[in-house]
Amino acid sequence: MKSEFILEFERPLRDLQNKLEDLKRTSEENKVDVKSEIDSIVAKLEITKKDIYTNLSPWQRVQIARHPKRPYALDYIAQIFTDFQELHGDRLYGDDQSIIGGTAFLKDQPVMIIAQQKGRNTKENLLRNFGCPHPEGYRKALRLMKMAERFQLPVISLIDTPGAFPGIGAEERHVAEAIAVNIREMSLLKIPVICMVIGEGGSGGALGIGIGDRVLILENAYYSVISPEGCAAILWKDRAYAPDAAKALRLGAPDLLKLKIVDEVLEEPLGGAHNDPDLMAKHIDQALQKNLREISSMDTEKRLQIRYEKFRRMGVYEENGALSGPTI
Amino acid sequence: MPLFSKPKLFSNPLKKKDIPKGLYHKCPLCNEMVYTKELEENQMVVPQSGYHFPISPQKRLEALLDEESFTPMDEMLKSVDALKFQGVASYKEKLLQYQKKTGLMDAVLSGTGKITDIPVSIAVMDFRFLGASMGSVVGEKITRTIERALEQKIPCIVVSTSGGARMYEGILSLMQMAKTSAALARLKEARLPYISVLTNPTTAGVMASYASLGDVILAEPRALIGFAGPRVIKETTQQALPEGFQTAEFLLERGLVDQIVPRTEMRDRIAGLLKALYRAPSA
Repeated sequence: MKSEFILEFERPLRDLQNKLEDLKRTSEENKVDVKSEIDSIVAKLEITKKDIYTNLSPWQRVQIARHPKRPYALDYIAQIFTDFQELHGDRLYGDDQSIIGGTAFLKDQPVMIIAQQKGRNTKENLLRNFGCPHPEGYRKALRLMKMAERFQLPVISLIDTPGAFPGIGAEERHVAEAIAVNIREMSLLKIPVICMVIGEGGSGGALGIGIGDRVLILENAYYSVISPEGCAAILWKDRAYAPDAAKALRLGAPDLLKLKIVDEVLEEPLGGAHNDPDLMAKHIDQALQKNLREISSMDTEKRLQIRYEKFRRMGVYEENGALSGPTI
Repeated sequence: MPLFSKPKLFSNPLKKKDIPKGLYHKCPLCNEMVYTKELEENQMVVPQSGYHFPISPQKRLEALLDEESFTPMDEMLKSVDALKFQGVASYKEKLLQYQKKTGLMDAVLSGTGKITDIPVSIAVMDFRFLGASMGSVVGEKITRTIERALEQKIPCIVVSTSGGARMYEGILSLMQMAKTSAALARLKEARLPYISVLTNPTTAGVMASYASLGDVILAEPRALIGFAGPRVIKETTQQALPEGFQTAEFLLERGLVDQIVPRTEMRDRIAGLLKALYRAPSA
C-alpha cells in the first residue's frame, strides 16, 4: 500500500483503491479473471469521487487548501512564468522568506511577482516560517511593488498564508503597521495589480498583499478574518469546533463570490489542485492573462477609481431601512 | 458537649463593604479608593497614580472638543447579520444583547467638531460595544469620517480602541481594513493631517489598518497596543514575553508611537499639533 497523505473524508476512496489493488494482485497471482468485479469497483470509485468532491463542506475545503501536496507559489511560478529573478530583502532589517518577490515574464509581459511561500518539509518550513510572514516580508513586498510602479510592471500577488506571524520580534518591529501601510499604498499603485488566493487567505496576513484591481481565488482556497480553529477557540471555547466555525465564517470561494469579495473563482481539478497541478497551472495562466489584458487596457485614473470603489463598497449595514450590500 | 467541637463560623453581613456600588473606584495601580465624582471630573484618570480608567466616547468628546461644537453624524447605521452567522449564539442575538446593555447602536461615535476653533472630523470607538470590534458599521463610519475630512478639507482624528475585527461578520469585517486604509491613502495625498489616538486596548485588525496610519500617533499611558494577543504569542512561540510588552511605553521606545499623552493633556497636544500641521484652505 502506498503511504499517501489521505484526508479523513477521503477514506472511502482509499478503501476502494486498496480493494481494487488487492483484487488485481490476487487475480494475477491466481490467474483468475475478475474483470467484471474490477469494472464495478472502478465505476464505484468514480461515483464516490464525484460524490465526495462535489459536496465539500467549508471545513473540507480548508483541509484541501492546507493539503501538504497542494502546489505552492513557487510551483506555479515555475510552471506559468519564465525567467523569475528573485529579489531579496526589505533594505531595512532582513529578508523574510515567507514572502518572496521578483521579476518574471507572463508570456511576453514583464511582471513583478509577490508571493507567500510555505515549506514542503521541516527544513523548508523553518526557512519559510510555515508561510507566516514577519514585518520584513511586507516591507520587502512594498519595496518591490513601488519598484514595479516606477518601471511600469503589473503586479501579480499570490496569497497563501495561515496569517502573519504572532511573535515577539514581529510585534517589536510593528507588523500591524507594515500590513496597514501595504494596504494603504497598494490602493494607490498606478500599475495594474492582480491578487490571487491560491491556498490559505489568513486574515490581515493575507490582506497585507491583497489589494488589487482584481482579486481571484482558487475553488478550494479560503479567505477569512480568523482561522476556523481560532474562531472555535474564542466562540466555542474549543478548537475542536473548527468545522462549525468554518461553516459560520463563510470563508469558502463560492460564498466569497456571492459577497463580492472576490471577482472570480478558478475551478480546480477534481479533489483539489494537487491532483493535477499542470491543469491547475494552465487555468491560472489563462485567468491571469485574461484579467491582465482587461485591466491593462483601462485608463489609469479610471482603474484606480474602480479599485477604490470595489473595496469601498465592501461590508453590509442597514441605513434608513436599506441594506448596503449583498448578504448570504 | 464534646471536648473538641468545631468553632461555629458565621459571616457578619455588616462587615461587607457597606458602600453603595459605583460611588468609589479602586485604582489597580495604587490600590486607593477614589471617589467616582472626583474621577469623572478628571476624565477618569486617577489623580494620585495617573491610572486611566475607560471613558465613554461622549465624555471624551466633551473633553477634546470646543464646548457645544460636536455634531454627530451617521447615527442611523445599523449592523446586520449578513452571513447568518451561527455560532454558540447567533450574531443577531449578540447585537440585540449589546444594544440593550449599552444603549448604543454600535461601537463608534463620529461627527464633526472644533478644537480651539480648528474644524475636525472625528471618530471615537467604544469598547463597551462588543469589545469595539470592527464590523461593517465601524468600518463605514470610520471611512465616512475620513471622507468627510477630505470633502471639507479639514483634519481627521480617530480615537481607537478595539479587540480587532468582528468575527461575526467574517470576511466583511476583514475588508473594513482595506476600506478605511484606502480612504486614508486619499487623505494622505490631499495632505490633510490625520491624528491617530491609541487607547487601551487597541489591537489586531484596527491596529493593522487605520490606527497605525496616523501622520501622528499618540497613545494613552500604559495602553495595550499590538497586532496579536499576548496569549496567542506565548502559545505560538513558547517564549516568555519581555517586560512591559505591547504597552504604549514599549512602543514609544521601539519607534511606533510619537508621544505618550495623558488624557488630561490630550486636547492641548492635539490642538498644538493641528496648529503646526494644518493650513485651512483660503476661501
